[in-house]
Amino acid sequence: MSYITSDQLIAKLRKEIKEVDVHELASRMKSGEELTLIDVREPDEWAQGRIKDSTHIPRGFLELRVEALVPDRNHPIAVTCAGGTRSLLAARDLQELGYTNVVSVAGGFNGWKNAGYPFAKPQILTDEQRQRYSRHTIMPEVGEEGQLKLLDASVLLIGAGGLGSPAGIYLAAAGVGKIGIVDFDVVDTSNLQRQIIHRLEDVDKPKVESAARTINQLNPDVKVVGHRTQLTSQNAFDIISQYDIVINGSDNFPTRYLVNDACVLLGKKLVDASIFRFEGQVTVFDTTNGGPCYRCLYPDPPPPGEVPSCAEGGVLGVLPGIIGSLEAVEAIKLILDQGNPLTGRLLLYDALEAEFREVKVRKNPDCPVCGTHPTVIELIDYEQFCGIPHVTPVAANGVGQPVLAG
Amino acid sequence: MTTVRIPSPLRRYTNGQSKIEGSGATIIELFGNLEAQYPGIKSRLCDEDGQIKRYVNVFVNDEEIRTLRGADTPVAEKDEVSIIPAMAGGR
Repeated sequence: MSYITSDQLIAKLRKEIKEVDVHELASRMKSGEELTLIDVREPDEWAQGRIKDSTHIPRGFLELRVEALVPDRNHPIAVTCAGGTRSLLAARDLQELGYTNVVSVAGGFNGWKNAGYPFAKPQILTDEQRQRYSRHTIMPEVGEEGQLKLLDASVLLIGAGGLGSPAGIYLAAAGVGKIGIVDFDVVDTSNLQRQIIHRLEDVDKPKVESAARTINQLNPDVKVVGHRTQLTSQNAFDIISQYDIVINGSDNFPTRYLVNDACVLLGKKLVDASIFRFEGQVTVFDTTNGGPCYRCLYPDPPPPGEVPSCAEGGVLGVLPGIIGSLEAVEAIKLILDQGNPLTGRLLLYDALEAEFREVKVRKNPDCPVCGTHPTVIELIDYEQFCGIPHVTPVAANGVGQPVLAG
Repeated sequence: MTTVRIPSPLRRYTNGQSKIEGSGATIIELFGNLEAQYPGIKSRLCDEDGQIKRYVNVFVNDEEIRTLRGADTPVAEKDEVSIIPAMAGGR
């Protein structure tokens, strides 16, 4: 019986299969051509790094899975492996299945990487993460892919108080990779009735520090960034632009309008909530998807003193636990791109009635920030906008003086 | 009678009640009639010229009245009117 060596087989295939080098692949991918790039390496090789926008089908599963990925036999396909040999064999198999427009990438992933083209970093759950997030990953809505999205996501908490505490704790437990916290304040004994991220031993310490400690003790996967400052028109863009999603837990109207405007202008999704006594409100402002913003719902701030703050009117300690947790749920849904976000809907909770209900939030076409002809195109003076005389934050004894207590 | 939902900050005008009943063919009429029963409440909702204050949101069922006919939005007996104020609290 006649035979050929593997070298002879590869040499034969090089004549039969069209090859492209990594530069040609790069330019074809850049051109916007509808090219499907299939990486046939083994899972452990794939985990070390891959060409962005490539689809992984290990060679052993190629014939079984390719039809689902590429039903059209004339669709252009490029096959890649580590160095360009296995991709020749895979390309031959695809031709045997009737695919007419298949090329093999000479040089493979290594050639791509060595030529300096960008590649996606290794993304795989560690054994420990697989265990930690198993109740997430077992759900089809999350899966390993969703968990990796969470680990790759960044969320900014405005305030480490009543709403920021449960939101921060649950996002950390869920494995959101980067959590930023903006808070100027230090922990006060009167905070402990509801701000569960802080403890008695943290009294008089900066809230960003005690929040970071609680999160780090809960989940070392999470990087916490503390911004111990008051959010202002000067620093809002710098801080907010570092994150994917913003969760509002602030305690005053100037900050609420500032956060809204900054998120609209930067194109960030904002999960917004507020609480008072036994009642809470929560919604999602996502103008990037045509949704309304805070100003569509509340075009004008109330005059100072008209709406009592939590410090004046009180708040049930558990209430921010419910509402802040709802904010965490919405942020996670946005990260996973799952379910129906609260965009365009204001969810209202009344603890005394034990009742949830919702009303519509319509986009205002004349909204000065997100409307068709915006007039607010940069951040303004929000204290002036809210009719509050200028108060410089006092840092005596390290204690911040909130502009309007919450 | 139309059911009107009262938010926490305004319940001191309604003896602590979160739901009250009122009558009127439009929002502004309804609020005028509520004033007789719950003195002081109208001035928290309306300007001196009788317009709904810009920072007060009034919903008929689940639609905000600015998207309907403002203070002249008609209300029927089976409608539920909700007053939803902006709240700043988060801490």
